[in-house]
Amino acid sequence: MKKLLLVVVSLMLVLGLSACGGKDEGDVLRWNIGADPATLDPGLNGASDGGNVINNTHEGLVREINGEVLPGIAESWDVSADGKTVTFNLRESNWSDGSALTADDFVYSWLRAMDPATASEYSWIWHYTNVVGAEDYVNGDGTAAEVGITAVDSYTFQVELIQPTNYFVSLMAFYHFMPVKESAVDAGADGTWAKDPDVYVSNGAFVLEEYKLGEGLTLVKNDEYWNADEVGIDTIEAKFIDDASTAYASYQSGDLDFIPSVPTDEVAVLIAESNEFYVFPLLGTYYYSFNMDKDGNGVNGDAFDTNGDEVDGLFVNQKLRTALSYSINREAITEALGAGQVPAGGFVPPGFLDDDGNDFFETAGMYGMVVDDGNFDEAVTLFEEAATELGMTVSELITALEGETLLYNTSEGHQFVAEKVQEQWANNLGFTINLANEEWAVFQDTRSAGNFDIARGGWLTDFMDPSGLLSIFESSNAYNDPNYYNDTFDQLLADATAATDESVHFDKLYEAQEEFMNDMPIIPVYHYTDTMLVSDVVVNWGRSVLGSVDFTRTSIDRG
Amino acid sequence: MAKYLIKRVLTALFTLLVIATITFFLLRAIPGGPFTREKPLPDAIIRALNEKYNLDEPLFIQYLSYIKGLLTFDLGPSYRILGYTVNDIIISGFPTSALIGGIASLLIVVIGIPLGIVSALKQNSPVDYMVMFMATLGVTVPNFIIATLIIYIFSTQLGWLPSNGISNPLGYIGPVIALMGYSLSFVSRLTRSSMLEVLRQDYVRTARANGISERKVIFKHALKNALIPVITYVGPMVAAILTGSFVVEKIFAIPGIGRYFVQGVTNRDYTVIMGMTVLYSAFYIFMILLVDLAYSWIDPRIRLEGGAR
Repeated sequence: MKKLLLVVVSLMLVLGLSACGGKDEGDVLRWNIGADPATLDPGLNGASDGGNVINNTHEGLVREINGEVLPGIAESWDVSADGKTVTFNLRESNWSDGSALTADDFVYSWLRAMDPATASEYSWIWHYTNVVGAEDYVNGDGTAAEVGITAVDSYTFQVELIQPTNYFVSLMAFYHFMPVKESAVDAGADGTWAKDPDVYVSNGAFVLEEYKLGEGLTLVKNDEYWNADEVGIDTIEAKFIDDASTAYASYQSGDLDFIPSVPTDEVAVLIAESNEFYVFPLLGTYYYSFNMDKDGNGVNGDAFDTNGDEVDGLFVNQKLRTALSYSINREAITEALGAGQVPAGGFVPPGFLDDDGNDFFETAGMYGMVVDDGNFDEAVTLFEEAATELGMTVSELITALEGETLLYNTSEGHQFVAEKVQEQWANNLGFTINLANEEWAVFQDTRSAGNFDIARGGWLTDFMDPSGLLSIFESSNAYNDPNYYNDTFDQLLADATAATDESVHFDKLYEAQEEFMNDMPIIPVYHYTDTMLVSDVVVNWGRSVLGSVDFTRTSIDRG
Repeated sequence: MAKYLIKRVLTALFTLLVIATITFFLLRAIPGGPFTREKPLPDAIIRALNEKYNLDEPLFIQYLSYIKGLLTFDLGPSYRILGYTVNDIIISGFPTSALIGGIASLLIVVIGIPLGIVSALKQNSPVDYMVMFMATLGVTVPNFIIATLIIYIFSTQLGWLPSNGISNPLGYIGPVIALMGYSLSFVSRLTRSSMLEVLRQDYVRTARANGISERKVIFKHALKNALIPVITYVGPMVAAILTGSFVVEKIFAIPGIGRYFVQGVTNRDYTVIMGMTVLYSAFYIFMILLVDLAYSWIDPRIRLEGGAR
């Protein structure tokens, strides 16, 4: 028996050693992508895991690294005096199969991404590009011929905009706008070409060498990439490990160099002790929506009718909404979460620079709110006033609120925040709201159907302008979960969009957020953060402000 | 025998049809759909997608075409893993799940049954106590804890085993052990108690009284009967283990099909859930058939035609 054990152990050691040694790992990056991306096709993708791969395999007109917009396939660009025509001067570059990449490729790729038949997850973004005719084409109301994009010549790509759009050029770094080669796309329907190395063609720093469903993929350097000289990695071996603990264990064992998320329990320790752990602000906000139109008639009407039956419910009362929002100690919540989240006093997170170069978040301030419990007394006063306005005594209002429910999608993290909020309301205002959770897809249905009292929300934006966040609360927006209808707010956003002048644009946005926060249709809780654990051997890696990792200028130094 | 088999196969097919039907309609009854997104897709796109996957047809027509596909082993396209069919997903992941599950099942039988026998024969000895202690531990400690411990001790701390995946053959060790844990313990406990019961039977006493050697008494007379409850358990267990475990595959980052049972539901990927359900049910029904056949082989008193039971 002992002998057998000895044999087994030595066999394991030999196998283990042979597995470790052998290959030169010099220029290999071992990266965990997380979940297996649903697609790797830039036009079809709608998820960050796929976006992280595409950002390294494809090159758009421009590339954005750490907030800096750098030339990509466009060497330079000109914006006309009226701001409505943008001309991109393309460099002579090749696809990975050696063929030339021209302006026609961009025309093809963009029209394909807009075509409803392509069914791209991100096609809604065309609305925000302001490209002439794009939104109509996406919605099936227009034709491809009416879209304002032209290949003036092989290396000049011209875009007509409905109105000047200050973030247009930086948006071009987003994967949805990256080019795809028609012959490759035709070789594998539904984006399968992008997972099949035999027909795969790209124009970025890396090309796909292998893809294994549910397991991982291998990228190798693309020698045809226009900036190949700066690419310092030969091979990227990527895994699809969706369990954060396993990925973290692999990182600790030295089997991975770059992992996108760590177990929540480890975050606090890593922030304190690790110099390989990074926390980035993420352009998004965690919040709760009040339902302000329970009868669903498109009007924020009365709380109750003359018989005392519910019409639009308690949350049409602005003072009540404000009292609830003021009774949250946001700092206590973000400290307990412990991943560097920023307490939210508005809807626009840090990271957006206005026309004066100031951070929108900083300039906007908190609208009278403080991050901790400093508003609690004011909240109690507002709560009493709200009761009077609603024609109730405070104890009647408390009873009414104990019949309301705060709904979130099932997850330990959301439960944690909801319980904190429940506790803070109970301590400060004296009512205990019901908590309920629903499975994700069910929850989304319930929320968009308006069958809730208070519901969790989260929004991450995809382009560098605050309007992308605020506009979800426009009356007509599909994501206006609080069912908030305010013509002044709508008009301010429309003015901001129509403004040809940057300062007017931002003035209107500041005004819009102020109007919004005075109304308080939502309770902003915190602004998201993104975490990464990156070994020191990975040198000069980048990240776009919108959250895609960038290995196009990275090298590996294993000492 | 042939008549019996034909009858059983036909019943099995009918059962599968019923399962597929119930699952199909239940799935459509839950809120949410494959194209539900946090950022809602434009209507034109939803229409295009529904048209593409024939989700715009009346539900009953969709059902008929699904069943028609099923009869030709065409499980349809996944709605969420773009460009992949459910057949692709099964072909890609099933061999991995089945290999790990197969090794685990084999080891459960090869180790669990002898342990149970030894324990029964040496009842109340230190060996018995040790085996039963381990078995209790195995039944009560969930597999995700076993899996996490294996990774922590043997990968992170000692570095003996790979921390993820099965690209290295040593990678099979962790998942196999984690998968075995519960069933191995259960099988050895079951074997032990069943064996103890059989050993007290009159015919065993008679055999011993007749001077038949102890080895022959145990292996020829007692064991065969003692195995009947064990086989009843092992049949369905094999079906469950071969079709992969969500937890074990997730923790060890194994590209099997276990994850699709859960992912399919979360994503409302109707065809994937259907495919996984049908695959698992088919396996399950097949294993039960094998169990029934094994009964009659072990105990000739059990007649397959179901007459003299």
